[in-house]
Amino acid sequence: MTEHAVPLPPGWDEAVRLDEDPATIPDPASVEVPPELRAEIEGHMAKYPDRHSAVLPALAAAQRVHGWCSPEAIHQVAAVMQVTPAYLSSVATFYDMLRTQPTGSRYLYVCTSVACHLRNAKAVYEAIEAQASEQGLDDWEVREFECLGACDMAPMASIDGRYVGPLDEGEAGELVSALKEGRQPFPGRGLPDPGFRLPWQDGGTAPDRPGPPEEPDVHPAGGTWEDAEVLDVPPVRRPLQKPPPPPVPLSPGTSVAGESVDPATRDREAEREEEEERP
Amino acid sequence: MTETRVLLANIDEPGLNTIAVYERLGGYRSMRKALLEMSAADVLHELEESGLRGRGGAGFSMGKKASFIPKGAMDKYLCCNADESEPGTFKDRLLMQKNPHLLVEGCIIGSIAAGANKGFIFIRGEYELQANILDAAVAEAYDKGYLGEGILGSGHTFELVVHRGQGAYICGEETALLDALEGKRGNPRLKPPFPANQGLYQGPTLINNVETLCNTPIIIEHGADWYRKFGEGNSTGTKIVSVSGNVQRPGNFEVELGIPVRELIYGLAGGPPAGRDVKCFFPGGSSAPVLTKEHLDLPYTFEAMAEAGSMLGSGAIIVVDDSEPLVPLALRLAEFYRHESCGKCVPCREGTNWTVKMLERVDEGEGTPMDLDILEQVQGNIIGNCLCVLGDSMAMPVASMLKHFREEFEQHMEQARTKRDLAEAVA
Repeated sequence: MTEHAVPLPPGWDEAVRLDEDPATIPDPASVEVPPELRAEIEGHMAKYPDRHSAVLPALAAAQRVHGWCSPEAIHQVAAVMQVTPAYLSSVATFYDMLRTQPTGSRYLYVCTSVACHLRNAKAVYEAIEAQASEQGLDDWEVREFECLGACDMAPMASIDGRYVGPLDEGEAGELVSALKEGRQPFPGRGLPDPGFRLPWQDGGTAPDRPGPPEEPDVHPAGGTWEDAEVLDVPPVRRPLQKPPPPPVPLSPGTSVAGESVDPATRDREAEREEEEERP
Repeated sequence: MTETRVLLANIDEPGLNTIAVYERLGGYRSMRKALLEMSAADVLHELEESGLRGRGGAGFSMGKKASFIPKGAMDKYLCCNADESEPGTFKDRLLMQKNPHLLVEGCIIGSIAAGANKGFIFIRGEYELQANILDAAVAEAYDKGYLGEGILGSGHTFELVVHRGQGAYICGEETALLDALEGKRGNPRLKPPFPANQGLYQGPTLINNVETLCNTPIIIEHGADWYRKFGEGNSTGTKIVSVSGNVQRPGNFEVELGIPVRELIYGLAGGPPAGRDVKCFFPGGSSAPVLTKEHLDLPYTFEAMAEAGSMLGSGAIIVVDDSEPLVPLALRLAEFYRHESCGKCVPCREGTNWTVKMLERVDEGEGTPMDLDILEQVQGNIIGNCLCVLGDSMAMPVASMLKHFREEFEQHMEQARTKRDLAEAVA
């Protein structure tokens, strides 16, 4: 934790320095930027009518150089693009592929979204995660990810952009040790591999995932669900229906077209009627 | 029943991603025809006549959308939505990987119809392989003079840039995509103004899905009348359907719209594993309300799916078999949307969070009889109350699961509670 002139209020993280002025656009002459990175960002900026459009490719490029969107990386992009670092961090924190923590410079995304979930993806992810921490897979960001758009290969993972699948929980150890040794895991089973075929494209079928554990037919001592309804439970209000749209456009100065009663009064009346109806 | 391959006709041809093979198979003929033999108005007319509907989810008429772009000299843009993130959808991945030039040609034809001179393909960052293939295809097209200034001496100028996203589901929403393309956080915008009037950089913008644009060269080549012969009613043409989940042969199948759903799930995708039955299915990606096995004989069209209370969406069928417990599935779904909510509108930001919390309670046996009612109420309060449909995309399937399978939710809650009580008693 850095020392601050004024102690930070609780709940703020280190990144917020309330005792300092906000960072301004860095002076391009005083910031050292790797020449390739500068060239790449400037190349991106030239492609768009508005240079701000290059923010995403520029941050991705800086991340490739620095391993993550570190304050230094953001500062360098800000210097080249002439925007504030705060603007860049606001963008970087929005997107899942931009890392705002130093979690590793390469990525292993395991898809656990709906279609993969139906094919045992959770167990695959947990196995991979367990193996990764057991074998000490440093410099790799291992995480669950949103649908990666390869549900035909489910359950699958993206290894630095190389889609591999279908995976089995038993293969987690092999996958992680291949990554650790710098080998390509499962050659021939990645989407870009030449001659890639899914097992069932040649007459086979998809591997079946283990079914859910057998649930006993439960009859608890406290009664069944139907009994629960007679418990003293406050009634639930139905979702409010939207009012129908007014038949004619509103004229200026009125709230509801063709309405003689003040809508507020009418609502209160309706409520009173409801109250009276209740026992 | 077999597939009707129009878009995927040559998909297995080796080297189709190179311009040489693509042109040998008749590629870029439609572009020449549209540029040299037809006027922009003719191209637009042909697209409108074809009845082609957007393949990204909303199913809006592509030609009509293009006709909304104002005429006159101004900077107009074409955006191709290649941010295919809807769970269950993987058709664009196949098209871009195997046949990138079809998309490039489609973008050129789209730009003629819209009068756009600058175009962007917004591809999700996870599709690194496909983005690299597209980059190479665009470079080849520039080399041949099919992109750039005065294409083939016709006076039509069109620049095309492949723009990579960085992982955000919401950027598949058209206005969020525009914000992301402008280098901002991908927050949806208030509509109107619609992108056709004020889109990218405040200029008129035509936004179309990959598959929609890939259909345009085929329509121009064979004519709208030929194209309309495929399909049923107002759902014309063929559709690439991604079938996934608990089926024996998941994959992409190109079929005529109007094919019975049963044919897709059982005939083409092999049906659920032996001994199991379909419990329910999402007919249009995970955002579509689920349908049950009573709906299996409906024709797969935009209209029939809407009538059954769901939608055709992006054309992705996710099959859930009868051994699958629904509560963890609903929870997984809700967690996904909670993570992907951009946080701009309160009903979605809070509603997805509360839905996850309540489903967790149900799943862990902490649920009370009220929870399912409140869960239903929360979904009702999300639908239609946000700038975009991300919140609805969670609320509709969760509400539909509750509607069709309420008993299972109640049973699951009861069993989980018993299990928890037993565990506590043992401890």
